[in-house]
Amino acid sequence: MTIEIHSASPMLTVQDAGRSGLRRFGVSTAGPIDPDAMALANALCANPPMAAALEFAGPGCALRSDTAIRFAVAGADCDIRVGDRRLASGESHVLAPGETLRLGAPQGAVWAYLALSGGLDMAPVLGSRATHLRSGLGGVEGRSLRPSDRLGLGPQADAPCLRLERPLKGTNLRDLHSGPIRLILGPQSARFAPETLERLLSEPFQITPQRDRMAMVLGGVELPATGGHDIVSDGTVPGSIQVPGSGLPLVLLAESQTTGGYPKIATVASVDLPRLAQMPVGASVRFALISRDEGEALWIAQQRQRDLILGGLIPKAPATLSSELLLSCDLVGGIAAPREITGTDLDLAEDPR
Amino acid sequence: MTPTLHPAGDRALVLELGDRIDAETNARIIDLADRLDAAAWPGVTEVVPTYRSLLVGYDPVILRGAELEARLMALWDSRDASPQAAGRLWKVPCLYGAGVEGDLDDLARLKGLSTDEVIALHSGAEYRVYMIGFAPGFAYLGGLPELLHTPRLRVPRQNIPEGAIGIGGQQANINSVAGPSGWRFVGWTPWRIFDPGAPDPFLLRAGDRVRFVPVSADDARDIAARVAEGALRPTPENAAP
Repeated sequence: MTIEIHSASPMLTVQDAGRSGLRRFGVSTAGPIDPDAMALANALCANPPMAAALEFAGPGCALRSDTAIRFAVAGADCDIRVGDRRLASGESHVLAPGETLRLGAPQGAVWAYLALSGGLDMAPVLGSRATHLRSGLGGVEGRSLRPSDRLGLGPQADAPCLRLERPLKGTNLRDLHSGPIRLILGPQSARFAPETLERLLSEPFQITPQRDRMAMVLGGVELPATGGHDIVSDGTVPGSIQVPGSGLPLVLLAESQTTGGYPKIATVASVDLPRLAQMPVGASVRFALISRDEGEALWIAQQRQRDLILGGLIPKAPATLSSELLLSCDLVGGIAAPREITGTDLDLAEDPR
Repeated sequence: MTPTLHPAGDRALVLELGDRIDAETNARIIDLADRLDAAAWPGVTEVVPTYRSLLVGYDPVILRGAELEARLMALWDSRDASPQAAGRLWKVPCLYGAGVEGDLDDLARLKGLSTDEVIALHSGAEYRVYMIGFAPGFAYLGGLPELLHTPRLRVPRQNIPEGAIGIGGQQANINSVAGPSGWRFVGWTPWRIFDPGAPDPFLLRAGDRVRFVPVSADDARDIAARVAEGALRPTPENAAP
């Protein structure tokens, strides 16, 4: 069971949960920029939430499979087509052998995820299949995917195509523009004057084009460090807001360096980091302060809510599909789904539920 | 030495011991990191010792930050009064003049020394691994003789090879992965400092000691061949105490 890439954006990579516990050896996590979106795409394919899937940004991609598989797209909205059929996000679909799946450029947000039933399968590097572009680790040769790359798939779960019980706003588990991005001050906030901290929390910042999987630079407001912009290098985390000599804050993401020598004025709350990272270039963003305790409580609550949503997926349109048809959507053994099933996708997409 | 605690968001915190680079502070941090590893508290996800601070990652679903801070301070309070035993000592073979063609000669000219004098200074020192960071397996080495302190290049160069042995400011390093760098390079080691496929992928860890041993081009080639075959696994001079 393999898929073959036909076209690829420069940011098409394999991601899974990433590497944990290796920051002390200079290896940052990698993994998806928006883990909840990837978990949703996987769950819709009846995969474990952090099964290896594809992450992309910029232009879309196209691929084929040599066996019938289920797939789902989540994260940023994008045009999803199999042949000339336009399909909906937020639910899984069948891709038959010989058909080409084409995904358009993400709209309104930056990062989108394509999960495939069985999950991508290749030898893990340092315990993970996640591509770490900066270090050249994981995925396919540690790089972005290219046309004619072939990727293996793991064994598929015995499951029907799934959808969300209630549609979400967009395809994200959260609304991008639901209020300010929350921050926890520190660890080096003491290097900044009170009026600079005030500016951080009161003025709008802009999302700039200087961004990748490692970090994103914010523009619009300068944050001079009265204590100087050089510290003795110490540990960083995804969400660390470093302030280099330019005064323009740099938010670290999944592939950041594990240590850094710039003061970190604050850290983005875990629940809001994917929301910030999904914002398109030019978007305006405001920050609000919360305590560490509040950040932890929000994280715990969000993990619970995510588990509820992912645990509550239902088979697609059980009322309109006979059990016989549902059974035929079970692809174990590589039985290709009949046209009647894949053909219903367009109708489901137009279902107003 | 009194530690201070700072949140690094809602899933990590930092314990700081001042803001200076010195071996004693660093040894205290590494000792705390080792004891935290040994304690294996559920919910601790990352333990990152740096020059003078320790970053601890945690999962708030299992362990809350306030609780972790209290436990960490208790662990700090239970430290031994006696200083640390010395870390592992690695005698790293170095082919001087290789790595980046011309750099060793340029450095000697800049310092008004002969290349042999630069080699004697560089290989005569014992270096301490203060921390690993920046890139996989990249070791920040302290202990570079003052005469060899040299500012980084203004424009970093592309494609510095893996194994290149460099000088950046008052620090030394061994390039663990190929890539761009603003450091100057005096030699090259046939050892692999980072080997993602090996059972133990990272050769060095914080607290280790390093000496560079000059080798001939023939010896370097021979060592490189045996490393490539998997016939040679570098070992430290002394086992960890």
